[in-house]
Amino acid sequence: MRVSSIYTFAVLRAVRGPLSFLVLASALALVWEVVKLLGGEQTDAWTPPFHWKIASDLNMPHVWDIAAAFAEPAQRNGPPLGLVLVDAAIFTFREAFGGFVIGAVLGLALAIVFVHSGILERALVPYVVASQTVPIIAIAPVVVIWLQAGWLSVAVISAYLTFFPVTIAGLRGLRSPDPRALELMRSYAASPRDVLVKVRMPAAAPYLFAALKVAATASVVGAIIGELPSGIRDGLGGAILNFNQYYISGPPKLWAAIIVAAVVGIGFFAIVRVAEAIFLAGRLGRVET
Amino acid sequence: MTGAVVRMRAVQKVFGGGADQTHALDAIDLEIPKGAFVSLIGPSGCGKSTLLRLIGDLTQATGGTIEVNGKSAHRARLDRDYGIVFQSPVLFDWRTVERNVELPLEMSAIDRRARAERARAMLALVELSGSEKRYPWQLSGGMQQRVAIARALSFEPALLLMDEPFGALDEMTRERLNLELLGIWRKTGTTIVFVTHSIPEAVFLSTRVVVMSARPGRIIDVIEVDLPQPRNDLTREDERYFAFVTRVRERLRGGDSAQVAAKTRAAAM
Repeated sequence: MRVSSIYTFAVLRAVRGPLSFLVLASALALVWEVVKLLGGEQTDAWTPPFHWKIASDLNMPHVWDIAAAFAEPAQRNGPPLGLVLVDAAIFTFREAFGGFVIGAVLGLALAIVFVHSGILERALVPYVVASQTVPIIAIAPVVVIWLQAGWLSVAVISAYLTFFPVTIAGLRGLRSPDPRALELMRSYAASPRDVLVKVRMPAAAPYLFAALKVAATASVVGAIIGELPSGIRDGLGGAILNFNQYYISGPPKLWAAIIVAAVVGIGFFAIVRVAEAIFLAGRLGRVET
Repeated sequence: MTGAVVRMRAVQKVFGGGADQTHALDAIDLEIPKGAFVSLIGPSGCGKSTLLRLIGDLTQATGGTIEVNGKSAHRARLDRDYGIVFQSPVLFDWRTVERNVELPLEMSAIDRRARAERARAMLALVELSGSEKRYPWQLSGGMQQRVAIARALSFEPALLLMDEPFGALDEMTRERLNLELLGIWRKTGTTIVFVTHSIPEAVFLSTRVVVMSARPGRIIDVIEVDLPQPRNDLTREDERYFAFVTRVRERLRGGDSAQVAAKTRAAAM
């Protein structure tokens, strides 16, 4: 197999995921409408056999109403909701990306420190684990007070969620090389830096990518939650809060915002997934689909 | 005192402490001349791998002295005086074959072009030309082990340490690789220390077979195998080859030579 064809193959395998996702999303929309058909609201043409409260137009707006909401102005005489949400999504993605990068760097740095120092590992890992038991809702306002409301504080709140999986998986991955591989490096009189860069890091890569995929989606959640105590209105967190408060006046708007938030998370996940496929191309059985 | 690549005096290795002490090796005196092919053979747990690891400074002796190329084993390791091949190839699956062979060279100041050239030469030596760009998982077990040998030789080390390198391979592949290894040994003039538990393999390959006893590992006998060089498939059918195999087997089986001689006499009567 030529090297270039290995890459093509890897990328093809990577897009197979999103494709099946689209099929699944369509199926979900179909189920949604079937539920409304069976227990939703009465129209001139159709009387549903059941009457389920959850299937009302208020609780479960029609898929096409949600779709139409994207084109309608979010506020009187304002730009269409779709445009507003795309702007918000870009804003939130930027925060999430910042949180992702900070979390990945911090998480990996901790893993590298721990793998080289048993003392620091025993001393600090309990705190790392404990940090994740404190709800982010409690941490977020503190961070905003410390760093002041803004892009950076949201990114830090997001990083709080992303560094943990990277540290845990990174530690495992950095320890994954065969002991004989380390003995070989010893026989080459390799420096600790060479061992890290040429053996431990590449061996950890599949573990790290698994963690980065978790971190990618978590970073979006972190950014959305981080926007709330920061009082930031330009992102998806602000939009969700806003449409939640005025739900009665336009249920499809909140659903539209939720869909966009999901798409941002999935999109970020997919980006990491493609990076993984390219980076790990050539390794047998290391790339999951 | 020229010519000895490895010189061991009263070497001892004890694992653990207190009640859990294990005497892995005791009273090891061994000299390995330059250019020799020395096999270490003995029952499992006789410490033959430990002996190899002592020479390679992968573990430290608890007594005695070890010299490699006239310096301490530690110094020799830092000078990259030897290559190591384990029973499993331990290739890096994210590197192509040639990048695996280049890995040891990346630790030194050798530039990229020279590195690639050396890797190509070493792969030619193990008859893997054309597989440079393949990944380890695309190769058979025997080919992977040849890559490991090429990698161990990439520094052109004075000493090649091999720990049951063909133990996991099928008999056919093993015999072919035995022949190839002898070819490499002749071409490079590298001194080889080879751990095995196969008596025929030890006799076929070696100029000298070191027979060891079970724990604590001691050297029972050192047998000079003066079968003619270069050896080939016909060597395996040579009467003297069988005689050497029998001799090593008897030394492994039982105690001192007087006992064996007595037994042989008894059998003859």
